[in-house]
Amino acid sequence: MTTERAPQPVTAAANPPVQPLPSNLLPSDVVKISATSHVPEPERRLTKVAKLIDVSKCIGCKACQSACIEWNDTHPDIEENVGVYENPHDLTPEMFTLMRFTEYENPMTQELEWLIRKDGCMHCEDPGCLKACPAPGAIVQYSNGIVDFISDNCIGCGYCVAGCPFDIPRISKTAHVARKCTLCSDRIAVGQGPACAKACPTQAIVFGTKEDMIAHAEERITDLKSRGYENAGLYDAPGVGGTHVMYVLHHADKPSIYSGLPEAPRISPVVEGWKGPLKTAALAVAGLAAAGAVLHGIFAKPNQVSAHEEEEAEELVEDAADHHGGEAHESGRG
Amino acid sequence: MADERVYSAPGDVIEATQPVVLVNRYRGFTRINHWITAGCMIVLLLSGFSLFHPSLFWLTSLFGGGQTTRWLHPLVGLLLFASFFLLFVQMWKLNLPRREDMEWSLRIGDVLKGHEERLPELGKYNAGQKMVFWSMSGLIVVLIISGIMIWEQYFASLVSIPVRRVALAVHALAALAAILVFIAHVYAAIWTRGTIRAMTRGTVTGGWAYRHHRKWLRELARRRSTGPAE
Repeated sequence: MTTERAPQPVTAAANPPVQPLPSNLLPSDVVKISATSHVPEPERRLTKVAKLIDVSKCIGCKACQSACIEWNDTHPDIEENVGVYENPHDLTPEMFTLMRFTEYENPMTQELEWLIRKDGCMHCEDPGCLKACPAPGAIVQYSNGIVDFISDNCIGCGYCVAGCPFDIPRISKTAHVARKCTLCSDRIAVGQGPACAKACPTQAIVFGTKEDMIAHAEERITDLKSRGYENAGLYDAPGVGGTHVMYVLHHADKPSIYSGLPEAPRISPVVEGWKGPLKTAALAVAGLAAAGAVLHGIFAKPNQVSAHEEEEAEELVEDAADHHGGEAHESGRG
Repeated sequence: MADERVYSAPGDVIEATQPVVLVNRYRGFTRINHWITAGCMIVLLLSGFSLFHPSLFWLTSLFGGGQTTRWLHPLVGLLLFASFFLLFVQMWKLNLPRREDMEWSLRIGDVLKGHEERLPELGKYNAGQKMVFWSMSGLIVVLIISGIMIWEQYFASLVSIPVRRVALAVHALAALAAILVFIAHVYAAIWTRGTIRAMTRGTVTGGWAYRHHRKWLRELARRRSTGPAE
């Protein structure tokens, strides 16, 4: 038995070590924690990793979905066939990745193109889910870029759903926790690539260091351009600081044709506003109002009823009785 | 009966004149109604605060953890809405603005200094109380609507995600406003001595009624002398 930790995986294709190795993704590798302002500076920085999905190489076989279900031991419902290729109908708390199919008629060539995009968590460098989350420690980001949900700390409020620019998290109706792709953090921790990348028969999904994946994408884009896809490009969402799941798109100028991939994703200004310094300001306003009320209550003169006013009241009531001859009720005065 | 109520609610009556005048301001039903609403409000403020700011997340432990807080908060919200609605039905009429409210508001300085003798005579509620009433009513409507929009457990697909983002922000802002109104309400009840007993024992002294709500007292005195409309 060795105490050496598992190596960081740099590819999903290479055979991983088979001997038992301790996890190499440690609590101390966390760089961002939801609802936590101070995260200790980690001792080491892991190399940034990324999954690259080359849409032009995807054949829509759904092996990635099967591998995802198998590795994560999820149990998506068996649904009705409603005449579309998507199965299940959408991402669910039991289905972390989904092939989305679009029949696109290219206006330039008049040809039908079958666009297939593997949807799932993009693992944003600046994660909106993490920003929106009110539960300390329910969402974390590791220094290698993986954004992970820690279900034990999740309260199931759904704020991450509002925070996410890609509409990814789903809340379990039974466990009441948010779920999404983990980028197979539990595999990466022991030197293995993500299950979907491992299973992909065409290597449309590849995994490695972010740097390598960008370089690989460049090669692919050059190739696609040489084949007439002049708008081929990399989708790396600069609005969220880049992502750790990237796409090679043959029509990178029109991401939205790929089943509504956002054109310019960013954390909504509404979420930024609601979660930003305004929140502390609001708390200060409430605190000051309360403190002001207490101080004024202690030091200011209270608004007190005088004995004179009690007498005046008695007189007023008496007068009213006298005025009406007191025919109904005697006031009970002796 | 010609003697219609203009400034008072059914149940408002001069209960005794000796040793001091005692006026019934809130009957038992209203008081229970009020305290249920108040209880809900406090639970909502604490649980809401716990999810509002990370530094207050520890408040969830009052309710048994984050998960419990998450499901409890909206349920208590519904209860508060129902409870406040009953209060609203009982109180809205006497909270309609009247001419004297304008004068009272313009003399807010005298109000704060306690120079009540410089203020106009008022019915059951002054303009400040009316403001509390209407702003709470409006805010509670905003809170329940935005709250349902963000109620993940039962209404996850009610509105689109962009709308949900706005609803979350609106809910937080409306809650902040409600907290300020709540503070004003509690503060005014404490600062104006002799007020709280209206919601505990149900009665206020004649002097209190004379000082703060003289038109209300006059109407009750008049009604008392002419007899109830039996």
